[in-house]
Parts: sequence; C-alpha cells; structure tokens
Amino acid sequence: MRSICFYFQVHQPYRIKDYRFFNMGNDHYYDDEYLNKSIVERVAQKSYLPMNNLLLDLITKHGKDFKVSFSITGLALDQFEQYTPEVLESFKKLAATGQVEFLAETYAHSLVSLKDDGEFKRQVEMHKSKIKELFGVEPVTFRNTELIYSDDVGSKVAELGFDTMLTEGAKHVLGWKSPNYLYNHPEHKNLKLLLKNFRLSDDVAFRFSSQSWSEWPLTTDKYLQWLKQVEKDEQVVNLFMDYETFGEHQWAESGIFEFMRILPTKIIEDGEFEFKTPAEIAKEAKPVSELHVPYPISWADEERDVTAWLGNEMQDEAFDKLYALTEKMKGINDEKMQADWLKLQASDHFYYMCTKWFADGDVHEYFNPYPSPYEAFINYMNVLSDFQIRVNDMTENTETPVQFEEGKLNIDFSELQKMTAAQMKKLIAQIDVEDLAKVKANVSTEVNEKIEKYLGKRKEKALADLEEVKSFSKEQLDKTKKLIQRFL
Amino acid sequence: MKVLMFGWEFPPHITGGLGTASYGLTKGLVKHDVDIIFVVPKAYGDEDQRAARIVNASDIPVNYKSKEIQEFYHRMTYLEVGSSIMPYVDPIEFENLHQEEGKLLKEKEHLVLGEKYDFSGKYGANLMEEVARYALVGASIAKQFDFDVIHAHDWLTYSAGVAAKELTGKPLVVHMHATEYDRSGEGRVNSNVFDLEKMGMDQADLVIPVSNLTRNTVISKYGIDPSKVKTVHNAIEPVEQADLEVKRSVKEKVVTFLGRLTFQKGPEYFVEAAKKILEKDKNVRFVMAGNGDMMNQLIRRVAELKIADRFHFTGFLKGEDVDKMFLLSDVFVMPSVSEPFGLVPLEAMRSNVPVVISKQSGVAEVLKHALKVDFWDVDGMADAIYGLLHYESLSNMFKVEGKEEVENLKWEHAAEKIKELYQEVISN
Repeated sequence: MRSICFYFQVHQPYRIKDYRFFNMGNDHYYDDEYLNKSIVERVAQKSYLPMNNLLLDLITKHGKDFKVSFSITGLALDQFEQYTPEVLESFKKLAATGQVEFLAETYAHSLVSLKDDGEFKRQVEMHKSKIKELFGVEPVTFRNTELIYSDDVGSKVAELGFDTMLTEGAKHVLGWKSPNYLYNHPEHKNLKLLLKNFRLSDDVAFRFSSQSWSEWPLTTDKYLQWLKQVEKDEQVVNLFMDYETFGEHQWAESGIFEFMRILPTKIIEDGEFEFKTPAEIAKEAKPVSELHVPYPISWADEERDVTAWLGNEMQDEAFDKLYALTEKMKGINDEKMQADWLKLQASDHFYYMCTKWFADGDVHEYFNPYPSPYEAFINYMNVLSDFQIRVNDMTENTETPVQFEEGKLNIDFSELQKMTAAQMKKLIAQIDVEDLAKVKANVSTEVNEKIEKYLGKRKEKALADLEEVKSFSKEQLDKTKKLIQRFL
Repeated sequence: MKVLMFGWEFPPHITGGLGTASYGLTKGLVKHDVDIIFVVPKAYGDEDQRAARIVNASDIPVNYKSKEIQEFYHRMTYLEVGSSIMPYVDPIEFENLHQEEGKLLKEKEHLVLGEKYDFSGKYGANLMEEVARYALVGASIAKQFDFDVIHAHDWLTYSAGVAAKELTGKPLVVHMHATEYDRSGEGRVNSNVFDLEKMGMDQADLVIPVSNLTRNTVISKYGIDPSKVKTVHNAIEPVEQADLEVKRSVKEKVVTFLGRLTFQKGPEYFVEAAKKILEKDKNVRFVMAGNGDMMNQLIRRVAELKIADRFHFTGFLKGEDVDKMFLLSDVFVMPSVSEPFGLVPLEAMRSNVPVVISKQSGVAEVLKHALKVDFWDVDGMADAIYGLLHYESLSNMFKVEGKEEVENLKWEHAAEKIKELYQEVISN
C-alpha cells in the first residue's frame, strides 16, 4: 500500500535589532526582543496552537491510522520557552501520543553543513539532546536546514549515525525519476532518502488560497483524486511543508484548517493510503535506486538550490567572516557567547541579504524585517563585528599573564577538597589536560595528592607529556573554576 | 508632433538642474520624432540646435499696442514684488544678490512693455521683471509658430505658457522640477512664487512632476486635481567618461557632500553624521563641496565639534573639478531635506561611487542600489556611510550594479512616457 508522509517544519530565527556601528564594543545585546516576541506570539495564536489542537484531535479520532512528523529548530524551541511556553506544552502533548516523529536538524537552522564538519556535528548533537530532553525521544531521522542536500552533506549525516534523511524532490536532480520512491546515498547505502513531492506539497503550502490559480478552490475531494493518481506501485507521497502554512501563510479564512481537518479522514476512509512517519517508511520500504546529487539542492524558489542564502558578494563575505570564528568559539565557555554564536548562524540572516528577487523588482517581504538586502547586510555585519571583538577579547591573552611560580592568584579551588571520589573522577575524565595543569599549579599539596590519586594512567601520561605552560591569565583560571563548579 | 517649449536655460548656459533636465528631455523627445521649438530668455548662439530649434526671447518683439497683450499684462500685475526671490541661485552670484535691492515692476513698466527687451536669462535681482516680460514674449511667439502642444518648465515660464494657451487654445503641459516648498521650506514660502506656480498648474491640462514626492506636494499643498498630475521621473544623459587621472593625496577614505549649502540640501545632517563616524573611526575624511547661505554656520559647527582636521570645505566646484571630486570619493551622501529629484547621486554612481541618499528625494523612488535614510536620521546615515566604508563586498556591489542601474535610466524612456501624455492631452 502507498503511504503518505506529512512532515512540518517549525522555525523562528532571533531577529536582530537596529544595531549601529557605534554600538560596537559597547552593546552586546543583539536581539530585537519586541519583534521576536510579537512574531512568536502572533504565529502561536494564528498557527501553532490551533494546528496542534487540530492534529491532536485527529490522532485521538483515528488512533494509529494517523501520523505526522515535525522538525522544530533549537532557536524556535528556545523562543517558545521564552515567550510562549503553551506552545511547547502542546507539542509535548502531541509527542505523548507516540504518533508523532520528531526529526533532528542543526540547532540554529544554520547553513553549517556547507562549511564546517565539526560545528555541524556539534549543532546536530545539541539539537538531538534538546529534543530528547523536551519530548523524551531520540530523533533517528535527519532533515537539514531548508532541506539542503548533496552527496557530501549526505555523507556527513550518515557519519553521524542517521540512516534516514529528507530532502527536496528537485526536478533537475531526479530527471525522469519519481519522488514517490525511497532512494539511497550512492556511497553510504544505508542512508535512505525521502524526497518531497513538490507539486502536491506546494499545492497546499503555496497555492491553496491563490484565487488566480486555475484549481482554486482546492477541495479535499479534488486533492484526494490527485493523490490517487499516483501510480499504484509507487511507495510514498512526501508532503513536506512549513508549519506556518496553516494559519499564517494561508489564513484561517482561506479554509486551510477545515481542509486539514477533513483530508486525513477522507484519505483513511478511502483506504488506498496509510499515514507513516519517515522512520517507519525507511524501515519498511526498500530503496529503488541511488540518487546522485553533486551540487547542493534545497526546497527554495524555482531554482531549488542554495542561491537564496549564498552566492552574492555580501552573503559570501558575511558567511566567511562568521565561520572564521569557529575555531576560537571552541575555546569559549561563556553561555551568552555560545547563545549568540548560534543565533548569528541562522540561515535567515543570509536570506535577508539575497539580491536575486530585488533585481527583478520582486520583493520577498514575508518575515523579512529589512527594506533592502543592503540594510540587512550592514546591520548583520555591525553585529558580527561586535561579536568578533568579543571573541577576540576572550581568546587573545589581553590581560597581564600571571606566572606559575608566583602563586599570588586569588582563585580559590577549595571546592576540590570537598569533592567526592565520584565527582573527582568525573571531573578528571572531562577536564582539559591544560586546565588540569593550571589547577594543579594553584592548589595545596594536599589537594594535589587527592587529584593524583584519581588521575588514572592516561591523564597521568598526558600531564607528563604536556609542554610546560608558561603563563596564563586570571580570566582563564576563572573559566576553569567555573568548569569545576559544574561537577559539584 | 510639434511642441512649443518654454524653458529658462539651455546648455551650455546653465546654472542648475533645470537646464540639464530640459536639455535631456528634448534630446529624448527628438528620438521619438517630436519637433521642439525651445524658447529661452537669452540665447547665446552656441546652444545645441540638434535637439530643438532654439528661439531667443530677446529677439522677439512684443506688440504692446495689441489689445490682447495689454489685457494680459494687466492681469499679471500681482507680480509687482521686491526681488529677493532666488530660485536656483548661482553660488557665484549669491553674495552680490544679497546686497542688491530690486525695484518695483511698476517702475520698470516702460522696459517690460518695450518693443524689445534684453533678457539676462539669469536669476538676478530683476528676475520678476524678466518673468513678466517672458510671459508677453510667450504670447507673441505663440502667434508666430505652428505647434500642437505647449510645454512649460517651472514657474518662471508658466505665465508664458498660460499666455500661449490663451491665445491659441492649444493644450498646456507644465513641468514641475521643483516647488517653492522644496526651495524654501515650510513656513518660508514666497507667496508670489507660490501663486504663480498654482496659477500655472491650475491653467494647465496636465502637470508633470519629476517624482511622486513632488506629485504629493503639488496635490496636497497646491490643491491640484490629482487626475491631471502624472509623474515622469527624470533621467540622466550618458557622458563620455573623461580620462582623468587623479592621485589620491590622503590615505584615509573620503566621504563627499556636493551641493548648495542651503536648507533644502540638509548639509547640517552630513556634519552631524561625520561627527558620529569620527568618534569611532579617525581614518575617514569628509568633504563638503559647495557654497551657500549656510556656509558660515556649518564651519562654526565643524569647529565646535572639533572635527575640522577631518572635515574639509572646498567651496563651489564645477566642471572637471566635480568629476575629480568623485574620483577621490569612496562614498557620496545626499542628505536633502526635500529634493524633487536629485541628479547628483546619479552622477556619483556613474563614476563608481556608492551613494547614501535621503528618502525625501525623488531619486530614491527609482534607485535600487543606493542606501536610503530619512534626512533627520543622523544615526542611520552614519551607519550607512560606515557600512559602505568598512564592508567591502557591499561597496563592490554598489559600484558595479549602481553604475549599470544608472546607465539604464535613459531620457529616451522618460521622453516616451511624455510623448504618450502629449497624445492624451491633444486628443482630449
């Protein structure tokens, strides 16, 4: 039997306030709090909450016969926690039914898959644990930002242990092939690919309320007939769309909620299709062939490529300057810095700088807070310049170095004395050798003995092998102290 | 199609944007097979006659005994005012004008109604006298030539246009390049000029403002019927780029203002923005090129802000010096308080200089590759300038795409629209 796979994308970026160059170096608060709050609240009221309720009703009504999947970005989840906890609650209710699959993606809805493997991995892991923490399930299916995919991205995803991934059924990649089958990666055969049926998805997501569309108004009967026209031996119709389609892109007045309330019931009664989640499809169906994607594709625009985010000079400069900070960010434990680092990586910032519609006189105004791509670029670069300054301040040793031998540090590592054996072992297992050396140089013989007791052979050797650390700043020591406190 | 066009100046004898625009327009119209009789108060004989047949108003005798002329003259007597009206003041003449007191038109009646009149064709102390005489010439010329439509540029020529219309019954199109509100600002409007502008537009069958900004002024301040006010944006004449070699003498980046130092151009906002930038970045120099009644006040402000070592006044620049100034500039700023169109940013872009322009300019309506800010938003202006100075990809894009954009703003296109509008008024 053919399957229908619903997947909805939920994302909200942190929009940046008007940030002038003279704010640089003084003002490290970048969010347009008012705008973020009001957009999240509005979309929650108009879309997320009513649609979640609708889906919950459908699941209650149809039980195991109705299933959907979601991908919710880390930045969206953070904002729900901040501004609309009721949205989070309602997603938790959906999760509790067991009929909803939550997918993994990059925490920041970033484009990092095209740039840095290490940071990509970090963000995927971060997102996975956030989903686990909130919804109690570990994601097993991956979807990349804007469904961006290429052979290269696929390899990275496979290496992270995923065996299913979603992407666009882009015509220029598929050619004569149908998106309604399961495909697999040419090298990592285990990585199965579900491809968006863009015609049927976009009929709902983009065209539903368009009165100039020859098929308007779209009824559930008509849509069901279209579904049934899919060849009998095909496997799955993947209906992938932004969750804001319901109530925000397509207003409630357009009848979109009624459409979505009735359609699943009609499909179930008709009996030719069953609803499945991506993980179920990947488990049950066999891929029909390999799919080669040498250049990145996405679900955006007619081109279905990445030119909405990257490619013009401004986008490329901003992108390169941002990721030039990756190495340094690894050494920074500051919570606000790490949060800003994620917020700045959201793909949306690069989308605002796109000039390809601008040139046609066509404006992609939706959710774009800037009058032109140039203002978007200047504002982003001002913020990024400030962020750069902060990163450099934290990583360059600007303070007077303190000598080891002097022992005049006012840092108190007395907590170490109070640590239990288990805490001590955990700390030693996780602390950086260099940090450990700093600690050892600044504590009493008594504490030193205690450390050495739990050191273990590997750390002992690492410590011995460590080149002499000549000097370090008070700031670094403070950081180490904070790290230690985490293990108490 | 034949057009009787009344202008005040024609290249090469121009002092402001009016002459440049009139010339560009006539050249564009010729490409669309429109014949033009272009009347100027004073022709020098070296005007470009390829675009239009130039008629020198100074050569046109006025039959003062004619009843029509007498009648017309009597209706114009409200023009009897002092002469401190300076619509497009030539900076060179600026100071002289201030000291000169004009005589009343009545006293000069014998001159205005004389057989012949020697126009200066400038914007001098006897401007009103010349405007009055020009109107009489308009009436006389209308009887001598054959044409389908009358087209008058700015208030100076409106009376001439109206006279020609009254005598021939041919439709009148008036072009609004700048209103009295733009030149003087709210609260300082010269009521005589205002009256003339309103009279011209009321009598006209069609009003063409150079931007929607001006269109709004025409409708809201002058109460003109919106249905006969149709915007046609100005364009720019392509030029052969002179092969200028300019050596940069300073290592700092250069930000330039170029225009009259008057209320309308908003130079004080440029000074304040410069201060903001210099607080953050000393490696920038600001150049203020121009002259005008705010010069002294601006110099004092620059000194007060203690930025005089980075802020330079050049005085009035013209010709090749303007081109050189652009070659030395990294950013051009036009902070105008009210700019009906604004040609200078287009000239800057043509020389590969990225521009920041005020939203209160007509040119902002047509340009994409320009940063636009409200003239009063000094922070926004400073930020836009800073962005262009520091983010290379942005300025690179502006240089390349801005130049292309300007090259596509052709008078030919504007003229095509105007020809269509002519056809409309003729057939009505």
